[in-house]
Order: sequence, then structure tokens, then C-alpha cells
Amino acid sequence: MSRAVTAAELGLLRCHVCSQLSRAAASQREPRCPRCGAGLHLRKPSSVSRSWALLVAAMILYVPANTLPMMRTSSLFGSQSDTILSGGVYFWTSGSWYLALIIFFASIMVPMLKMIALALLLVSVQLRSRWQPGQRARLYRLVEFVGRWSMLDIYVVAVIVALVQLKALATIQPGAGAAAFGAVVVLTMFSAMAFDPRLIWDAREPVHG
Amino acid sequence: MADVPPLPDLPEAVAAPRSRRSLQLVWLIPLVAALVGGWLAVKAILDKGPAITIAFATAEGLETGKTKIRYKDVDMGLVTGIALAPDTSHVVVTAELAKEAKRYLVEDTRFWVVRPRVSGGTVTGIGTLLSGSYIGMDIGLSKAPKHDFVGLEIPPIVNTGEPGRTFVLRSDNAGSLDVGSPVYFRRLKAGQIVSYELGKDGRGIVIKVFVNAPYDKFVTDNTRFWHASGIDVTLNSTGMIIDTQSAVSILVGGLAFETPAESADLPQAGANAEFRLFANRSEALRNPETDVMKLAMVFDESVRGLAPGAEIDFRGVTVGTVTQIRPHVDVAGKHFQIRVKADFFPRRMRSKDTGKTLSNDQRRALLSGMIARGLRAQLRTGNLLTGQLYVALDFFPSAPKARRRADERLDDDDLPEIPAVPSSLLELQETLASIAAKVKKFPLEQVGADLQTTLKSAAQLIGHIDNDLAPELRTTLAEVRKAVESADQVLKPNSPLSQDARDAMREMARAAAAFRALADYLERHPEALISGKREDPRETRQ
Repeated sequence: MSRAVTAAELGLLRCHVCSQLSRAAASQREPRCPRCGAGLHLRKPSSVSRSWALLVAAMILYVPANTLPMMRTSSLFGSQSDTILSGGVYFWTSGSWYLALIIFFASIMVPMLKMIALALLLVSVQLRSRWQPGQRARLYRLVEFVGRWSMLDIYVVAVIVALVQLKALATIQPGAGAAAFGAVVVLTMFSAMAFDPRLIWDAREPVHG
Repeated sequence: MADVPPLPDLPEAVAAPRSRRSLQLVWLIPLVAALVGGWLAVKAILDKGPAITIAFATAEGLETGKTKIRYKDVDMGLVTGIALAPDTSHVVVTAELAKEAKRYLVEDTRFWVVRPRVSGGTVTGIGTLLSGSYIGMDIGLSKAPKHDFVGLEIPPIVNTGEPGRTFVLRSDNAGSLDVGSPVYFRRLKAGQIVSYELGKDGRGIVIKVFVNAPYDKFVTDNTRFWHASGIDVTLNSTGMIIDTQSAVSILVGGLAFETPAESADLPQAGANAEFRLFANRSEALRNPETDVMKLAMVFDESVRGLAPGAEIDFRGVTVGTVTQIRPHVDVAGKHFQIRVKADFFPRRMRSKDTGKTLSNDQRRALLSGMIARGLRAQLRTGNLLTGQLYVALDFFPSAPKARRRADERLDDDDLPEIPAVPSSLLELQETLASIAAKVKKFPLEQVGADLQTTLKSAAQLIGHIDNDLAPELRTTLAEVRKAVESADQVLKPNSPLSQDARDAMREMARAAAAFRALADYLERHPEALISGKREDPRETRQ
């Protein structure tokens, strides 16, 4: 298999806006597209640190997302606050174990695995690991794909809150946990976006730029 | 290096002005997240309120993580754990309270489980049917902090700080009272029974009542409390009296209080003042007699129907009550007597020289003077239906002279004694008895024997008549019938005799008519007697 040549090796830059290929000058620190003036870079600038920053924020917010109530149900029979975990436990104890499993996987395991995966990618890139780049690339694609679907919880809460407003009979209000959970999802999505998957392959050769 | 295809002429990237800061703003995001998370954590720690334990007999209706602790329906905390006590005698409920509840956890703060409850005519805790039980809280006034509580099994009737006052009542029995039973003032619900317990010595009941604010100022030292439980039916010599406070009190019992009008301006009674609980209103409002003269009466007859509390009546005015009835045996005289002690209220008999209170000796002298003039006690029937008796005092001038009893020294109380005369009923009884005795003296047996011999001879006589007289009687009867038949023949309407008789009668009637005509004529023409009948033109024309 012939070894692929990367644009970086050839000192070529492609504009993300107008797709103009241009040659990077060694002296230039902050190249710009000669045609449209957009900033040019071989790799996303400070991709790893940005990704890390967002990931750390997501990790911090993951704690309140799970401990604070997701929504608050007030009805004639009193009011009740439910966290993600208590909701899952409720379904589990009331016999709907399949619902409990769905909640557990979709709302607890998936965000956590996503964060672990991102951390793994970032660490491996920082260590310039050459281990299984193809698998890691697939992992990255998976993380990016899953990202938007993690907002399902927030979507459900938003719909229920909007629907169940029966004044005195029953009202449901979103809790602080919902905001934290939404922030976790958004931050992990941004983190995945900030990550430059090309870095996975860069470990095989000296880094440019 | 691999083969690189020749590149066309490519423009070179241009340099950008150096303006970008090297500091990466993106790190602000985790910083903010950390701040938010940290703030939440700190807040959670700071907000963590005190944990308490409450001991309850059972954990009925309590649920970990769900049951709330509420004070005046404000959530104060949440039950975080329910565990059985090590000796399994009760359950220990662990609860986490709000931070601000810390200062309310004092020595006399009380906790109880609010469940649907029906007591004292009121229903409480209906809401908990739907929402589930919660733990009620009443904040005490003490300053000493406490964290381990013993929960009440019965919710307190009165919360701390409620305006009103508590009073202590002493009663002989609890009647149909219960905690929460209403206390009425002029048939308005003025308070409730807070608790009741057996007196320390086992005698009587100590009842605590709470009278709510507007009403408590009407409780003075002279206020009377009485049982308003159920229907109070009094049956005495005046008839039947039914007294009741309200429909609720009929069902669940209750108390009532009233202050006699003359003592309404007395100062208010202090909190926890003690009162006696009377059995009914009339007893409660009866003015305690300040001037009581004790008397005794000795009866030789049965006092069945006379009870302590029976009236002493002087010509229709109640002047005292019977207090004690006791039989006395006279060992020497070998006879029984019943000594009735009574309270006599001299104030009820006003003398002309009012305002002067006689001394005891003066009274005795007065009484013995009256007795000499014939004052006697007599048992009388107050109510024929029930046979209730009362003691009547009256003057019986013809009564036998009172004599001192031989067993007088048996009475250690040395009370002035009013002699008794037999009751009218007793007199009637005696009359009846004497009649009975006379009847008894009648020689019934002898009369019976005589009657028997008489009857025997009568029977003989009848037999005699039967044998000798009957046959002759039969022939006689046959003759009689024959005679009657022939008479019948003769008297028949068509018989010649009757025909003749009828003709004769007709002739007689005609003769009578002629005679009447003659008489008339003679009346008009008396001269006709002498001159004879004159020719009357009218008559000839006729």
C-alpha cells in the first residue's frame, strides 16, 4: 500500500470557505486565504486544548446533571422532584425494567461513554499514540453521530413541561438538572467538533503547523 | 518522501495582522462550569439542614424520601430513613430538615403523623387520603435544642401559641368525653378537651380543656363547668327534664361552662386554674348555700323512694336536701329506725327581722319551739309514676307529742331532730291493714260448713219435687193447653162470639153517637127537655 501524501506534508493549505488551495509560506505564522481572506491552518488551531476545555466543563456539569432534579411534578397529591437516576429507579422498581434500561443507557451511560471516548481520543493524540488509528477514527465518528441524539432527554422534558400545565391539578417544571444535562450534551458536541480527527493520523509523521 | 504530483502554480497564503491573543478563551467555559458546579456543591452543603430522629409506635403511612415534615403546611423537611428500634418496640424515623428549621428544634417541639382522623365531631387530615400521610410539627417555646424526639401518637389539639387558656377540671368520671370533645359557652363552641387522665390517687378524672381566645375571658373564678355529654334526662319529683347542648355533643359528648350572672365581674381565672366539673347544668349553677343547718329526722317506716338529694319541702317551698339515709338499730329496744340527715337552708325562710343571722343555739331553740307547736316531718310521694319521695315539713297540731328517743346517744353528731309523723300513704296502709284484719276475723270456715248443709237440704228438696210433683204437673199442663185451645177457638176472628161481639160494639158505637147528638142538642136547646124537640128547619132540610 502506497503511503498517502498529506497536504500538510506538501505545505499546502486549503481554505475552508472558498476551497482555494494555497502554499504555505514558512515565515507566515498566521496565513490567510489569498482569495477570500479567511484564516488558513493545516490543522484546527489549538484543537486539543479547546476540546479538552469543553470536555472538562462537560465533565464538571455531569455531576449536577445527575444529582439535581430533572423535573418537578406538582399535583394534587403533593409535589415531587425527580433526578434522572430516581426516575430510572422508579421505573425499575415499578416493573418497567426495559424503560429503566433505556433511561439508564440513553441518559447516564451514553453521555459518560462519550466523555470517556473523547478523553481517550485526546489523550491518545497528545501522547502521539500510533495505536489503532482506524478504530479511533471510527470512535470519533460514532461520538459525533451520537452527539445530537443525546438531547432526547431534554426534548422529552421540554415537551412534557409544555404539555402538563393543568394549573392546580398538575404542573411539571424543569429542574436545574435539565439545564446541566443540556449543557453536558452541548459541551460534548462542541468538544467533539473542536477535536480535529486528522490529528489521529498525524502521529505517524512529524507534525506541521 | 513519496512521489508528489507536480503542483500547479499556487498562490501563497497571505499574512494576517498579528492581533489574536494567545490566551485561549475556550478555557473560560470549564472555568464557568467549575464555578457553577462548585457553587452548587457549596450551596448543597450549606443548605443541608439538621438531621433529627423521631420515635413513633408504627411507621404507618410513612415513606422514605416521600413523607414530608410540615409546620403550618410549610414543608420543613423530608423523611430520609425509617428503621426499627434495636428492641423492636418502636420505629425510629430519620428526617432531614431545612436549614432554617434548626432553631425550631427545641425541647418542647412536637411531631406527630397526620392521618385522616375523626374525633370530637371534626374530621381532620382528609387531604392526606390523597397525598399520603405527613409528619406534622409544632414548634415549642423552649430554648434548649434537641434532635431526638418522641412523636405523639395523637395529634395535639392545640398548637403552641394559639390564643386562649388551658383550665383544669376535676370530675368523678369521664362520661362520654374524649380528647377533642367540644367545650360550649352559651351553646357556641368555645374550646376543646386537650387531655384527660386519671387522678393521681385514682379518684376522679383530671381533664384539661383549652378555651379559645375570645371566650377564655369569660372564665372567672366562679365559672361552672358541667358535662354536656349526650342527653341529660333528669327524673325527679318535679317530672322529667331533658337537657342537651347540641347535636354534636349528643353524639360525641362535650362540656359547657357558664358564669353565674352575679359573679360575671369577677377577675378572669388564670391559666391552669382548677374547677370542679358538675354533672349537669342545674347542679352546676345551683348557688352553693352558704348558710347550712344540718338536721336529722327519724322515720319508722320504709324510705324506699327517698334518695340523697331529695327535697325537703315546706308547704311547697324547697328548703333543703336530704344528704344521708342510714338505718339505725336499737339493740335494747330491738327495733329499727331510719335516720335521715338533711341540709336545711335557713336563708330560704326569711324572717321578718331580716339581716339578722341567728346563732346555732337560737336556731335550735326556735326549732324546738316549732316542734312543740307541731312541726313534723312526713314522707310524701312526689311522683306517683316513679314513687319518688320527698320530705315535707309541716305543722300537725294534732300530732302526738314528740318524745326523746331512748337511743339518742347512738347519734354521735348531735343534730337537732325533727320528729316524723307517718306518711299519708302509711295511714292508708294502716287502714287497709285493719280492714284486712277484720276480714280475717270473719268465721269463713263455719259459714262455709253451714252453707254446705243448707245446700244439701236444698238438693234433697229439689229431688223430692222432681219425683212427686213432676207427673202431676205434666197432666195439669196438658189440661191447661186444652183450655187454651178451646179459648182460642172461641176467640178466633171468625168465630160466632167475635162476630157477635163486633156487632154489639157497632151498635154501642151507634148508640153513643146518638147520645152525643142528643147531648149537643140539649146543650143548645135546654128547653127541649120540657117542650120536646122543636122542628128545626135546618135539620129538616138536611
